[in-house]
Amino acid sequence: MTDPNPPYLYPPYGSTPLRAPSRPLVMPSYGPDAIELVSPVFGHEELGLLDNDLTRQHSGDPIGERIIVTGRVLDSGGRPVPNALVEIWQANAAGRYIHLREQHPAPLDPNFTGAGRCLTDADGRYRFVTVKPGAYPWGNHHNAWRPAHIHFSVFGTAFTQRLVTQMYFPGDPLFAYDPIFQSIPDEKARERLVSRFDIDTTVPDWSLAYQWDIVLGATPTEA
Amino acid sequence: MSTPSQTVGPFFGYALPYADGPYVVPEWHPDSIRIRGRVLDGAGEPLPDALVEIWQADADGNVARGGGALRRAGKDFSGFGRCGTDAAGNFWFSTIKPGGPAPYIAVLVFARGLLKPVATRIYFPGEPGNATDPVLSAVPVDRRDTLVAVQEGERSYRFDVHLRGEQETVFFERYFG
Repeated sequence: MTDPNPPYLYPPYGSTPLRAPSRPLVMPSYGPDAIELVSPVFGHEELGLLDNDLTRQHSGDPIGERIIVTGRVLDSGGRPVPNALVEIWQANAAGRYIHLREQHPAPLDPNFTGAGRCLTDADGRYRFVTVKPGAYPWGNHHNAWRPAHIHFSVFGTAFTQRLVTQMYFPGDPLFAYDPIFQSIPDEKARERLVSRFDIDTTVPDWSLAYQWDIVLGATPTEA
Repeated sequence: MSTPSQTVGPFFGYALPYADGPYVVPEWHPDSIRIRGRVLDGAGEPLPDALVEIWQADADGNVARGGGALRRAGKDFSGFGRCGTDAAGNFWFSTIKPGGPAPYIAVLVFARGLLKPVATRIYFPGEPGNATDPVLSAVPVDRRDTLVAVQEGERSYRFDVHLRGEQETVFFERYFG
């Protein structure tokens, strides 16, 4: 199967030319004991009870459209990956990150930090409660805007599966103009990053919901 | 088809790094070593917004299966470390040298401008097993040094990651079909 990942060098994304490796990657001849074939393990006792609810980390409710984001972490064979650490971070509803280097003139929300984590359950399922992030401008080119997204960091069962990516929202008009989204050459692969509206998970009078599954890459032993 | 990678972006600093991240073992551990280095771009400029993760076996070559990397509090050795680079591109870890004939530490680097992480390994200088290590041996001879840490003191090593350019570090394929 063809590699769905973006290349390192994608000049429309202006930070890549100086940071993309230029030499061919070396195919590693991992022996059966290679550390890359297993993953770090994380335990429930290491996480806080509210780590997966980004709307309850402060004294008040954050401003914005409350959403539930759920999905499963699956391996390349479609099998659920239980106990996988999933970390997320995002801008607030106005499109502003709490990060110090963020300069976008949109308001911070004292009731929203925008970081969360959880472990997948026995069915590989994760669940976060948050607010829908806003789009925000960035300096890549004139009038550049990032489509609304939530950053995801996932550990699988092998360190080779370690994945950091971004989840987008369906129908975003900014997709066509975003070099980070467009850096993925294959259209079907790009669609893998777009969540779907999930009426079944919405909670009446309380929250909308989006569903997004994450499929990890094949490990060297599966290949 | 697997889910494609996207860049970690510039704004992960409040979310991914954590206080215990660089302390794979506490500095008072009798076998602790210190590994420090910088992440540099193709112009030799340091990256102030990179994230470095390490993953390794223990001193006997065993792989931890018990957790304890996020909240270390006296836990057993977890083998995982995470450190964001500072304004001068520096990262560091307090850890131990793993066991095995050719000890190594797996490394992933994430950064703004990296649409997918780079994967490499830290090997240790003067290890006789390096010559027959299958992964190191598959690397072109003239580039193997980029995977070997430089000894700075009895218990301290330096390992710089050059993303691009003359001294470009060897990076490994991460896509396996």
